[in-house]
Amino acid sequence: MNLRAALAVAWRGLLANKMRSLLTMLGIIIGVAAVIVMISIGQGATAQVTERIARMGSNLLLVRPGTGFGAVRGAAGTVNTLTLDDATAIASLPLVQNVAPEINQQVTAAAGSQTWTTTVKGTSASYPEIRNLPVAAGSFFTAEDVAQAALVAVLGPTVEANLFPNGTSAVGQTITLNNLRFTVIGVLAPQGSGMGGADQDDMVYIPVTTAQRRFTGRHNVQVINVQARDAESLNTVQDEVAALLRLRHHLSPQQADDFTIQNMTAIMETVADTTKTMTLLLASVAAVSLLVGGIGIMNIMLVSVTERTREIGIRMAVGATSGAILTQFLIEALVLSLAGGVIGMLAGLTGSRLVSVLAGWPAVIAPASILLAIGFSAMVGIFFGYYPARKAATANPIEALRYE
Amino acid sequence: MGAPVIQLQGVTRVYAAGENRVQALRGIDLEVAAGEMVAIMGASGSGKSTLMHILGCLDRPTSGRYLLHGQDVSRLAPDQLAYIRNREIGFVFQSFNLIGNMTAWENVALPLIYAGVSRREMQARSLTALRQVGLEGREHHLPTQLSGGQQQRVAIARALVNEPAIILADEPTGALDTRTSVEVMAIFQRLHRERGLTVVIVTHEPDIAAYCRRLVRLRDGLIVADEVVEQPRQAEKELAALPAGEGKE
Repeated sequence: MNLRAALAVAWRGLLANKMRSLLTMLGIIIGVAAVIVMISIGQGATAQVTERIARMGSNLLLVRPGTGFGAVRGAAGTVNTLTLDDATAIASLPLVQNVAPEINQQVTAAAGSQTWTTTVKGTSASYPEIRNLPVAAGSFFTAEDVAQAALVAVLGPTVEANLFPNGTSAVGQTITLNNLRFTVIGVLAPQGSGMGGADQDDMVYIPVTTAQRRFTGRHNVQVINVQARDAESLNTVQDEVAALLRLRHHLSPQQADDFTIQNMTAIMETVADTTKTMTLLLASVAAVSLLVGGIGIMNIMLVSVTERTREIGIRMAVGATSGAILTQFLIEALVLSLAGGVIGMLAGLTGSRLVSVLAGWPAVIAPASILLAIGFSAMVGIFFGYYPARKAATANPIEALRYE
Repeated sequence: MGAPVIQLQGVTRVYAAGENRVQALRGIDLEVAAGEMVAIMGASGSGKSTLMHILGCLDRPTSGRYLLHGQDVSRLAPDQLAYIRNREIGFVFQSFNLIGNMTAWENVALPLIYAGVSRREMQARSLTALRQVGLEGREHHLPTQLSGGQQQRVAIARALVNEPAIILADEPTGALDTRTSVEVMAIFQRLHRERGLTVVIVTHEPDIAAYCRRLVRLRDGLIVADEVVEQPRQAEKELAALPAGEGKE
């Protein structure tokens, strides 16, 4: 009995009981679809996190005043432990590639009759390099602009859109920030929202010196971005920065740090790890439904073997070996589970596309997860189909022929 | 009449039913030559079903030898018996035993599936077999769309399709009315006459046995009579004489 004939027989057997076959397959369909959707969600989330790591800039440390992650927001205005000089000192560390201080301040921006409340970020010329911010038009300000505390501004695309709604380029135009006149020298490319959902495009970048002199009036900075030369030296740089700042801030060994260093890569890795664990968890829950689906197949195959005892007897009488009967029922179980697997895969692919659209994630369809789902459903079919098929194959033809 | 197709030598069959041992066959010696048409008769419990199963290679004798075409098949393994059933034996059952979700030609082709025949050849051969039993045009009917007589003819076509050495019919008319029974017997007689088929019919109805040239009577697991039927009934002549029943199918 060749494979094609066996497949045809199996297919016909399934079509003979459409409703039952469908219900039997449902377990596998749900299982496979769930596995694919879960893996896709997990990988989409991971991909998004990874993308954000890359967007935030690689090998990045964020140094903030105050202690602890939670203290930052409240502490930004009150704890003034980081200064521009700290940033300059950190920049002289050998393993440090770039340093960019940050001062953030709410301002009202205006151009002509348009006004827009936004955040001004005072920073250094190396900020776009550290944070991977491409300039869409014009250019970013230079170290010279910083040294001279020049009245130049680089706009985020949201700000440009709000101040120049008729589509004219902002580059070369004059705007006011809290009634202070600035010349726009560049506009950044859109970035979208960053970690925490803040719109990174709704920002005006000016030299840090200008921000200090014209807006905050103090020497402190709110964040120092430190970029290490490479990923390997990141932890060393973190230790060196901590030691340097403790020295500069005259902290005794008993005193706690008056600054916090966030290793962005480490944070992202933690997030990515958590996502991975969640994915695994969800996928294993989905896998359980595959198992349940397999038991459903076994149940129906047992019913089918009993119902078709007479058919088995007839087939044996006309020359089917027990091997041929075993193959037939095994293939039937396999067709059932594989058909379920394919339908489940299609449902899973549709589902993950839908989820990725709804969540705004990149649609990641891992070929591995499809192979896994199909392979797993085939295995389920063979494993749970074997016992019923074996039962059919060992039937006594005489008794099977007599079966009513 | 040619060389013996079937040779049974001292065949016994004992069933172990719990503590009891049931001796269904007590020592059967039987020869059937090629081209014979034999009826095996006996009451229920006479062992005729057991004999039929052994002749059909569905069962093996407890002792004794069964030579089919001179080959001892009484000690073969189950898979070898399946092969013999596939190539040498065509079964016709009382209850037709067609597979319900398969069309007539697919039912006829069933033995060919296990003979490894190509689909094209399967189709051609089963159509030929269906033509021989007068069922051309019904190839694509399901068993439920056919009358009892037609279903049994499909079963006969299935028995013929592998060109077996013997056709074994177990109460082939048991589920049919008189006219249809005569029609089925007419087919057996025609195949026997025209193609020289060896036919063994197991029955408890003397009327049916009377269509065969030879009659073997079983009682309590032994052959008690083996006689030649001098004037076998001629099914085709009887059909011509019978008033038209359900019409020509």
